Amino acid sequence: MTVSADSREASSSATGGADRAPARSALRGRRPGGRSASLRVALEVAFFVGPALVLFSVFVVWPIIRAVQFSLYRWKGFGPLVDFVGLRNYVSVLTNDVFIGAFTHNMVIVVLSLLIQLPVGLAIALLLNRRMRGQGLLRTIIFVPYVLSEVIAGVVWFQLLQPEYGVIDTLLGAVGISGPEQGWLGTPDVALYTVFVVLTWKYLGLAVLLFLAGLQGVPDELIEAAEIDGASWWQIQRRVTVPLLGPTLRTWGFLSLIGSIQLFDMVWILTGGGPANATTTMATFLINEGTKRYNYGIATAASVILFAVALVLAIGYQYFVLRRDVVDADAGSRRVR
Amino acid sequence: MSTVVDTGQKLRRPRASGPAQGGSPLVWFVALIVVAATLGPVMYAVLGGFRTNAQLAESPAALPNPWVLDNYQRVLTDPTFWRYALNSTVIAGITTLIAVVFGLMAAYPLARYRFRWREPLYMVFVLGLLFPATVAIIPLFVIITGQLHLGNTWWGVALPQAAFALPVTIIILRPFLMAIPNELEEAAFIDGASRIQVFWRIIVPLSGPAVVTVGVLAFVASWNAYLLPLLLLQGDMRTLPLGVADFSSQYSSDTAGVFAFTTLAMIPALIFFLAMQKRIVNGLQGAVKG
Repeated sequence: MTVSADSREASSSATGGADRAPARSALRGRRPGGRSASLRVALEVAFFVGPALVLFSVFVVWPIIRAVQFSLYRWKGFGPLVDFVGLRNYVSVLTNDVFIGAFTHNMVIVVLSLLIQLPVGLAIALLLNRRMRGQGLLRTIIFVPYVLSEVIAGVVWFQLLQPEYGVIDTLLGAVGISGPEQGWLGTPDVALYTVFVVLTWKYLGLAVLLFLAGLQGVPDELIEAAEIDGASWWQIQRRVTVPLLGPTLRTWGFLSLIGSIQLFDMVWILTGGGPANATTTMATFLINEGTKRYNYGIATAASVILFAVALVLAIGYQYFVLRRDVVDADAGSRRVR
Repeated sequence: MSTVVDTGQKLRRPRASGPAQGGSPLVWFVALIVVAATLGPVMYAVLGGFRTNAQLAESPAALPNPWVLDNYQRVLTDPTFWRYALNSTVIAGITTLIAVVFGLMAAYPLARYRFRWREPLYMVFVLGLLFPATVAIIPLFVIITGQLHLGNTWWGVALPQAAFALPVTIIILRPFLMAIPNELEEAAFIDGASRIQVFWRIIVPLSGPAVVTVGVLAFVASWNAYLLPLLLLQGDMRTLPLGVADFSSQYSSDTAGVFAFTTLAMIPALIFFLAMQKRIVNGLQGAVKG
């Protein structure tokens, strides 16, 4: 009797936030006195959640509130906050050509990531998703760039991309291609795309590994059934595997989106935002304003705008892609049924 | 859709997906290109450390000839390198410890208690996911250096990093704790155990695998972090990423030295993180699916 109540309780709690009435009455029976029991629960909750909540409030919530506050003042980082300027910092950020350029660069990285890394990563994952010798080793190798810090990857690529003396230009020269005179990172027209190539090198492995993990969840029975029905390898991938991979693709897309909007380390190491502001991002803009020019009001206004952009894109992504994803998955499973 | 996947997992047998068993030439070709493109730059840095600057300038794409150990020796006998490594290790250690201990404690009542503010309290942490540290970086700098006087200290970097690691930690741990059977707790209560004893004796031991996952994620994030240490740490307190970046801009003409420094900075982390590869991938999947 107790066992059945408990298992029901456990299953309802696993679905999250459901009513847990049976266990409550059991608990009351054991600990008499409703009020002192609930006070006790409150104290226990405070004991367990308290440390995390304090840490979170001091280092996450409070700085964010201060960011909004700073963004309304003209402030150089010392003395009291007195020079209230309302929304003027926001106006000056949003009309600043450098910031608009930075925002555009972030968006270019977002779009290029989805357009290039997704299909390439998916193609590699589909090709490697089979029993073959060395699979484990291959996975580990693919993961190497992801576990390196952006700084280390950036420093190494900075050396590889040196104009003339760098190994990339040497190898290209051997097949008769000459790189740009100012170097791949020094030429405004190509610098951003060069940064994107390095980012792709670093993050493609994560996409492949996530997709491979998702492919493990595609049941063999469906693929066998399709094979028996005479489907080609290509048809199986297109009609069975990829539709069932929807949730994994969405997960990766979200990680990629958030990462692209916050992009800082790699750009800071490779170009510092140059040449001629050709590779600035919103994050490099705000760090530049904050730590080099001490325009804390401008910098925090830019950070609030960065957050707003991230929030809008995240919500929009969840709303549109999540919905299409559900439709796709339904259609996919209906088709295979 | 999920039911389809579930039955598949229950009936799992050795994989045989796709008609091509093993590798066809095309597959091997693609695998080869991927491996070369992935490892090429890393190997170039490792080998570049064994060459002299003269060798590198003369023929950038050649192998070391002769092999020189001088660059690596110089870095390994440089006390500042070890100082940076120590700082990185201690900061990542403190970050991980605090994020895991506080996160596990907070996840426990959020998973297994019923109280009126449970879901709103959980949402507070979930919303934290939406705030990248970049958004709060300027005020964090002001608060940590100006008000808490923790600028240029291990704690000044570790505490905010742990705070920003809390959302992912709690989001991964909560469903895991929810899945622990209730009977275990009930039995302990009947034997007269207190909540804290139950937490310590039952919940903590049983949450081992999930704790390792969130611990690895927090450690990796801290070890690779650049922006916050860049603003907060100077001189002797710098971490390896700062050291690598500064070394490479300070001695940019000493390419071989930069390669040796970079290689030595990445090797220990590379081995540790690759060993934990599965945990990292699982954690990242879980973090977004919720």
